[in-house]
Amino acid sequence: MSALTALFYVFAAMTIFAALRVITARNPVHSALYLVLTFASAAAIWMILKAEFLAIVLVLVYVGAVMVLFLFVVMMLDINMDSGGRGFWRSSVAIFVGIAVALELAAVLFLYFRGASIADAPALPADYNNTKALGALLYTEYVYPFEIAAVILLVAIVSAIALTLRRRKDVRYNDPSEAVRTRAADRLRMVSVPPVVRTAASPGAPEGDAADGEPAK
Amino acid sequence: MTLSLAHFLALAAILFALSVVGIFLNRRNVIVMLMSIELMLLAVNINFIAFSHFLGDAAGQVFVFFIMTVAAAESAIGLAILVVLFRKLDTVDAQELDSLKG
Repeated sequence: MSALTALFYVFAAMTIFAALRVITARNPVHSALYLVLTFASAAAIWMILKAEFLAIVLVLVYVGAVMVLFLFVVMMLDINMDSGGRGFWRSSVAIFVGIAVALELAAVLFLYFRGASIADAPALPADYNNTKALGALLYTEYVYPFEIAAVILLVAIVSAIALTLRRRKDVRYNDPSEAVRTRAADRLRMVSVPPVVRTAASPGAPEGDAADGEPAK
Repeated sequence: MTLSLAHFLALAAILFALSVVGIFLNRRNVIVMLMSIELMLLAVNINFIAFSHFLGDAAGQVFVFFIMTVAAAESAIGLAILVVLFRKLDTVDAQELDSLKG
């Protein structure tokens, strides 16, 4: 058994164990963290297959962005963690379907692809650069799908923001355009104050009594 | 015992079956269902990369790139829908989301 095979078995076992924990964990936070482990070990598997760029992208995009988004939502939503007891009936149906899918896939795969050893894979040239090769392919032959992918990401950004945006009623804020358009007349009120004349008839007239005169128009 | 294409395909098949089981097992929790879909896409991506390596054709890796783009968009929109749903109904239980009118 070569070192590469041993590495494959280690990372494959880690991937499968983590995937099993993703679907059986009671707490969604644990599920999300085990999904991170699944992606990390799958990235190692991709390294064995000499897809370095995609392995790094998997770690950056999935572990760095998508799983953080998952964890953020799981923690923000305050979900009732106890999802209730899983019935025996549902578990047995799930296990039956899983075994059926695995057997079908295994039958097809082992019937047709058993012989191909990793030594039969086409040898790469010594100066092969995975990132460079992918980029050359992406920007020439697949440039139109690439643009469509960019539009899909844009639509995802817009829709995610539009879906979750809400106007809060309990927050006070300034409308900047209103603030800029204001004039002095909106802020200032001219009041004409009649002079107070002290006469002998009313010696004790209060000082500010006449201040509430009619405002100047 | 040397590494063969069947090893990688079997790993992907096991992952795919596990994610199908996960969807059956967690039919109440929409978040774990979304995670199972991510696992499914990962299994498909492993298949793509394995065939790309064994055929010496980098086009398979380009497709993995596109699948990852679509998966990221899908999970972002799915989680946004989930947040709106939770704000409106106070639950993410898929069994209770059975009325068309919110």
